Amino acid sequence: MDETAERRTLSVLVENEPGVLARVIGLFSGRGYNIESLTVAEVEHDKRLSRINLVTSGSPMVIEQIKAQLDRLVPIHKVSDLGHEGPYIERELALIKVVATGEKRVESLRIADIFRAHVVDSEIDSFVFEMTGKGGKIDAFIRLMTPLGLTEISRTGVVAIARGKESI
Amino acid sequence: MTSAAEDRPPAELTGAELVVRTLVDLGVEVVFGYPGGAVLPIYDAIFKQNELRHILVRHEQGAVHAAEGYARSTGKVGTVLVTSGPGATNSVTGLTDALMDSIPVVCLTGQVPTHMIGNDAFQEADTIGITRPCTKHNYLIKDIDELCSTIREAFYIAAAGRPGPVVVDLPKDVVMARAPYENGASPGNGLAHPSYRPRREPDADAVRRTVELMARAKRPLFYAGGGVINSGPEAAASLAALVRRTGFPITNTLMGLGCYPGNDPQFLGMLGMHGTYEANMAMAECDLMIAVGARFDDRVTGRLADFSRGSTKVQIDIDPSSINKNVPVDVAMVGDAGLALDALAAGWEARGAGSDAGALAAWWKQLEAWRGRDCLRYRNSSTTIKPQYALQRLHEATKGRDVYFTTEVGQHQMWAAQFLKFDEPNRWMTSGGLGTMGYGFPAAMGVQVAHPDSLVIDIAGEASLLMVIQELSTMVQYRLPVKTFLLNNEYMGMVRQWQEFFHGGRYAESYMDSLPDFVKLAESFGATGLRAQRPEEVDGVIEAMIETPGPVIADILVDKEENVYPMIPAGAAHYEMKLGPEHGDLEERSEDGMVLV
Repeated sequence: MDETAERRTLSVLVENEPGVLARVIGLFSGRGYNIESLTVAEVEHDKRLSRINLVTSGSPMVIEQIKAQLDRLVPIHKVSDLGHEGPYIERELALIKVVATGEKRVESLRIADIFRAHVVDSEIDSFVFEMTGKGGKIDAFIRLMTPLGLTEISRTGVVAIARGKESI
Repeated sequence: MTSAAEDRPPAELTGAELVVRTLVDLGVEVVFGYPGGAVLPIYDAIFKQNELRHILVRHEQGAVHAAEGYARSTGKVGTVLVTSGPGATNSVTGLTDALMDSIPVVCLTGQVPTHMIGNDAFQEADTIGITRPCTKHNYLIKDIDELCSTIREAFYIAAAGRPGPVVVDLPKDVVMARAPYENGASPGNGLAHPSYRPRREPDADAVRRTVELMARAKRPLFYAGGGVINSGPEAAASLAALVRRTGFPITNTLMGLGCYPGNDPQFLGMLGMHGTYEANMAMAECDLMIAVGARFDDRVTGRLADFSRGSTKVQIDIDPSSINKNVPVDVAMVGDAGLALDALAAGWEARGAGSDAGALAAWWKQLEAWRGRDCLRYRNSSTTIKPQYALQRLHEATKGRDVYFTTEVGQHQMWAAQFLKFDEPNRWMTSGGLGTMGYGFPAAMGVQVAHPDSLVIDIAGEASLLMVIQELSTMVQYRLPVKTFLLNNEYMGMVRQWQEFFHGGRYAESYMDSLPDFVKLAESFGATGLRAQRPEEVDGVIEAMIETPGPVIADILVDKEENVYPMIPAGAAHYEMKLGPEHGDLEERSEDGMVLV
């Protein structure tokens, strides 16, 4: 990554048809662009629209290229550069497994409370915590849980939406 | 009470018949193809009708190149039909070529029946997966109800905006199912596409700013490429009118040759790695560059950091991803080249002030001084045929005729670009972006199919020609009188030139040993072979080539070790151009260039 590289969150509305994700991923791998995170799900069933949330990085020229290249893919309806267009909200969901007993188990529960993580599964010697938040918050939680017996992490990647009444 | 006829449901056709019917209704006249198991029903449907013509090629790569030649010489979409598996994979080179050069082609591929997809069936390939990165778009049709509308959409996508190749994959059970023909609204048939609607009208503010820059420019330059040709002959006419009105100089890319009259004094010739000295120096020194349908390819720019550093740049392109890709520009104008040029012309007239006449006169003085270097000069020989000489004689013999040229890839291609002059668009077909050896011979076939009474000449090298020589059989079968002007130096000339310059003269595998006798080879196919070995034989062979009916291969034995000059070594700047030994400018032999492509 060069010095001028910046991180961008793109939201892309696509036709929900077979192969559309492969087109997007193929574009990124074929042209050597970065994907830090990618999520995809159908958002409007009637209109057959899916939304891809993509976190990428590059120089401003590369970011412009990525947007233009995405936009010319035939099944892509709209490319929205969230940070560029105004304030937006970015969230990620994580499921985190901690295997611990005794004091460590208690401490993990205490930290989870501070981070507003929920216990979604509990055994006598393990927890699965669910938490949502910005990536940095989840990173911090993971850092604190690691010495307490963290064994497994599952993260969704970023979903994002612009603030205010304007829609994509 | 309704009649019995109205009660009857509409007649059902097979999917194969629907394909043919849709193509005919779209105005497709000819399909280049090769049969096989998965497409047999479509061939059966073609057999039973007379509206759609089929040209049987000898290899699927040739089918796509032929369709490209057809498309580039007519402005229409070229159509290809191949079978599943190897039929599809063999077409990949042609599809990639069409993608790189923005040529509208629709390629129908056969596929195994839908229930067998993914089972490694006989002649199964993941055609959609394989062609995804080498097409503008592709479709797998799983339902006969989507067949007609998808084919119409494919033709729309191929031609709309920046053109390109589109694949439609047709499983055998779909083409054997039955459904009524419907010519209903769909993209390509009156209905707007839901997501692909490229902008055509240029932004008025960008036009206004460009006109201001043009009025103030002291050393302006138009730089026009294949986008002008893709926009249509009207765009070329608009370009010529604007260039003449402003008095500005113009250079063309390899792809753009013919979009401005090659014999016009305002034309500086082609630019780039083997472009003219005056065009490249003008690029280096201009203060305003107006790029029209050109994409700042690395063969054009040379070293990016030193590319035309002092100029304000305007870029007109229908594809927003072409803008600011390699070179940042000051004014971006997204839209159709023809509409943008018309808008600039209207703005120029409205402003009325004209250009800075004094500055422009000084600029032309400089340009003429560069032109005076006569950079294409070469030392002719009385004993050996120089390839440049052969092309100059060919140009003389074909001047003013209804002639189309295609080329293969390599030295002969660059000499052809330098020494042939095109006064009209759509007369020059060459593989620019992908650099596909074996492009020109089948492309010429497609051009000849579109223009049966015109003279069609493929400028070839022997290495390229041997990659696709089987298409001579197609030419003989369909009486396509393509003339192949074979500049035979018994080397892969451009490879040899780079080995001479950058690899210490070690000619690894670039010498073509055991070449065939091209005269006998032509004759064995039922075509005519001619040969010139000495300079004084060239004119006679050219005349005989043109006058002999049917396909002809004219084997011109040229100087084996001639190099293409001028040359900007890969990774060098325009002002570091080498003019060659004739100008006392010997190429520095260095292995520094080895890493570059």
